[in-house]
Amino acid sequence: MPVFNLNINNKVFKITAEADMPLVWAIRDLANLKGTKFGCGIAQCGVCTVHLDGQPIRSCQMPLSAISKKAKITTIEGIAEPTLHAVQKAWIEEQVPQCGYCQSGQIMSAVALLNTNKNPNDEEILAAMEGNLCRCGTYQRINQAIKNASKML
Amino acid sequence: MKNNRREFIKNLSLTGIGLSIGVDGFSKNIAIKKLTPASLILEINPFIIIENTGKITLVNSRPDMGQGSTQAVPSLLAEELEVRLDQVSIIQSDGRSKYGSQQSGGSSSVRGLWMPLRKAGAAAKEMLIKAAAEKWGVNVADCYAEAGKVLLRGSQKSVTYGEVADLASTYEVPKNPKLKDPKDFKIIGKYNKRLDVPDRVSGKAIYGIDAEIPGMVYAKVVHSPRIHDSIASIEDAAARKVAGVLDIIKIERAMPHTKVDAVAVIAQNQWAALKGAKALTVNWKSESGKYLNQNTSEYFEAAYVAAKKPGIRAEEKGDFDAHFESANTKLEAVYETPFLAHAAIESENATVHVKDDGSVEVWAPIQGPDGALSQVAQYLGVAEEKVKINVTLLGGSFGRKAYMDFLNEACDISRKIKKPVKLLWTKEDDITQGPYRPAMLSRLQGVLENGSAKAFHHQAIGESIAGQVFNGLRPNTADDWLSGELSQENHQYNFEVNKVSYSRVKTSIPIVWWRSVYASNFGWGQECFIDEMAHEAKKDPLEFRLGLLKNAPRFINVLNLLAEKADYKTPLPAGKAKGIAVFRSFDSISAACVFVSKTDSGIKIDKVVSVIDCGMFVNPDNVKAQTEGNIIMGIQAATKGGITFENNQCVQSNYNDYQISRNSETPKMEIHIVENYERPGGVGEPGLPPIAPALGNAIFNLTGKRERTLPLVL
Repeated sequence: MPVFNLNINNKVFKITAEADMPLVWAIRDLANLKGTKFGCGIAQCGVCTVHLDGQPIRSCQMPLSAISKKAKITTIEGIAEPTLHAVQKAWIEEQVPQCGYCQSGQIMSAVALLNTNKNPNDEEILAAMEGNLCRCGTYQRINQAIKNASKML
Repeated sequence: MKNNRREFIKNLSLTGIGLSIGVDGFSKNIAIKKLTPASLILEINPFIIIENTGKITLVNSRPDMGQGSTQAVPSLLAEELEVRLDQVSIIQSDGRSKYGSQQSGGSSSVRGLWMPLRKAGAAAKEMLIKAAAEKWGVNVADCYAEAGKVLLRGSQKSVTYGEVADLASTYEVPKNPKLKDPKDFKIIGKYNKRLDVPDRVSGKAIYGIDAEIPGMVYAKVVHSPRIHDSIASIEDAAARKVAGVLDIIKIERAMPHTKVDAVAVIAQNQWAALKGAKALTVNWKSESGKYLNQNTSEYFEAAYVAAKKPGIRAEEKGDFDAHFESANTKLEAVYETPFLAHAAIESENATVHVKDDGSVEVWAPIQGPDGALSQVAQYLGVAEEKVKINVTLLGGSFGRKAYMDFLNEACDISRKIKKPVKLLWTKEDDITQGPYRPAMLSRLQGVLENGSAKAFHHQAIGESIAGQVFNGLRPNTADDWLSGELSQENHQYNFEVNKVSYSRVKTSIPIVWWRSVYASNFGWGQECFIDEMAHEAKKDPLEFRLGLLKNAPRFINVLNLLAEKADYKTPLPAGKAKGIAVFRSFDSISAACVFVSKTDSGIKIDKVVSVIDCGMFVNPDNVKAQTEGNIIMGIQAATKGGITFENNQCVQSNYNDYQISRNSETPKMEIHIVENYERPGGVGEPGLPPIAPALGNAIFNLTGKRERTLPLVL
């Protein structure tokens, strides 16, 4: 079975897995980082969102074979600075989560947005967040928290 | 010394001293004391554990699926015990009977535990104060409690609860502890941040899918597309060749009312299990004898036939039919709601270990550990003492994870492979297998006399949850769950003649409760039809309702507050409109005003103003959050496609064709909470039922066209 050296949150994990295994399962089951969740499996819900070299991707659609050796993967466990990222602080301040299951993905999308656009307007927020579903319906708070976080950055 | 005390306590608990303690309905197990290597643990009552090291642990007996019970339930204890939530640890109950009912559902946590848990907190506080007074040799009246300490008035003296817990646990538990005047509450009714939120934004919160047990294998179950079919043959050669696949076995999906065949793919990791299932061919033998209205077209056809015939009378004041026959001005309409999937983002899952010694341990996102305990014991034929339930957080549920077929599947797999197993349903399993919110019809009839409503009849038509799931509905009886929601006592409209009836239409499509249960179906018909009657009477729908609610001051107050906050009386410009609705469910009254506008791409929902009177509540911000969630889910229920069955199987399969609301579809939301000292009502569900009818009424006001079938096309 192939071996992959995955750089996740600046730590190298030696992962022995089939080449077609989607990244989400390597992260969850093999690197044992449970903060990244599994949802629909077809890139419709965004709960498995992680960063690949800073870009938000749906890790359920990314086979290990497609990840370059130099790639840097960042998960929810890897964004803290040093304890909590500004986006996480804004999420707490706004009391965004209800069940919280989708929030790792929401936060990863929001962090990626703010990394490239420090002060997004409403339309830019919607465009960045449209792929992340929340069944509890926390969207109004998510959008407010992103605006609040942009002021902290 | 300690040993003597321990013996003493043990004897006390054996003599059943704790019986009263004000934990009505809970077990008699009070004041048990256990010795751990670290500390002495005093379980003053099942919900409050104080260690002599000072550590205080409170028990949350209601699983948290996002409704906020992790904060709400312990707040009831903490308020009366006089501790802050940031001073305590919170653990989840394990299903044992000493915790009473542990089912999260029916928006029951705060309203059900309101008195018992406050009494438990107050009783423990009185015992701790008494212990401090005894220790200091002073009068109890000179001592008071605050923030986990007992203090002596007019002095600097204080002791922590931990320091006097040992002594306190030797006392009889007071039968009628003094409860606080709600005006003196420090926690209840106040804004407090939920302390479980930091873990939920940092990936640290543990959901069912995150359970990790040594030696665990992973499973994916292949279900019958037509739900009830049996296995003719399994072609598993290709699947067994998938790297990581360990075994493929026949199992059963045991639902509450029926058992059906299924196949489990067991693997070393979840991906291998999923891949193995894709490579597997199961040939299903059609069990057509078990299909009953298993196509939605057949079910609705039968329902519309039933809508032309009288139903079973659930309640009647006056002779409705006589009034309707002879009336000059009368209206009749049939409203329709579809089947809906819960579609929580975390799909059904459970981790189970049926051990060699006959004991069983479960880790699962379930709504009721007490129900899970008895279900697992019964299903596996073991004593309840042998079963340990660990409830994780739930990644959403909305009623689904109270139906624990998936837990039985994991039990069946673990007992057959003799290993701990984590079973995860895919989203496709979740969407295609049910159970679903039942599709229902409302046949409504009304009589107007001199411009006001005289007689009203709501005939509910469709499958009964009690009937299908629990085999709990006798022939020719109305389902209490739905007739209660439709009763005049519930809606409070003072029609002189009022009738509720029910026609059961059976289906073998699995159904169960869904957020706000039947209120999510019948709010639609009731509240749109009230508007129809108002328009027929040439009255404003708000004024029409206020006229009918003369004897219902809380309803009037909710509607008046809604009118004020929504600026109801101010006319909107052309191309814009608003609609209102009000519905009581789970002891709370909720009303909504939905604002819509015409755009080039159709109708847009601009804003929703919602008012809720839920009596006393724990955290206003959580009431708002739940109501925001109810608005979003209510809009989905009103505007997105439902679940349909063709060729006896579900047409939809995942979020691509069973759509839930997305971020860009979120209207501006304003939530207003009525503040009063009424008995607490539910919070997790009551905000939903008014949303669809308020939207339907707004659309009528915008377009002049009355829509009666959900989903609405915007």
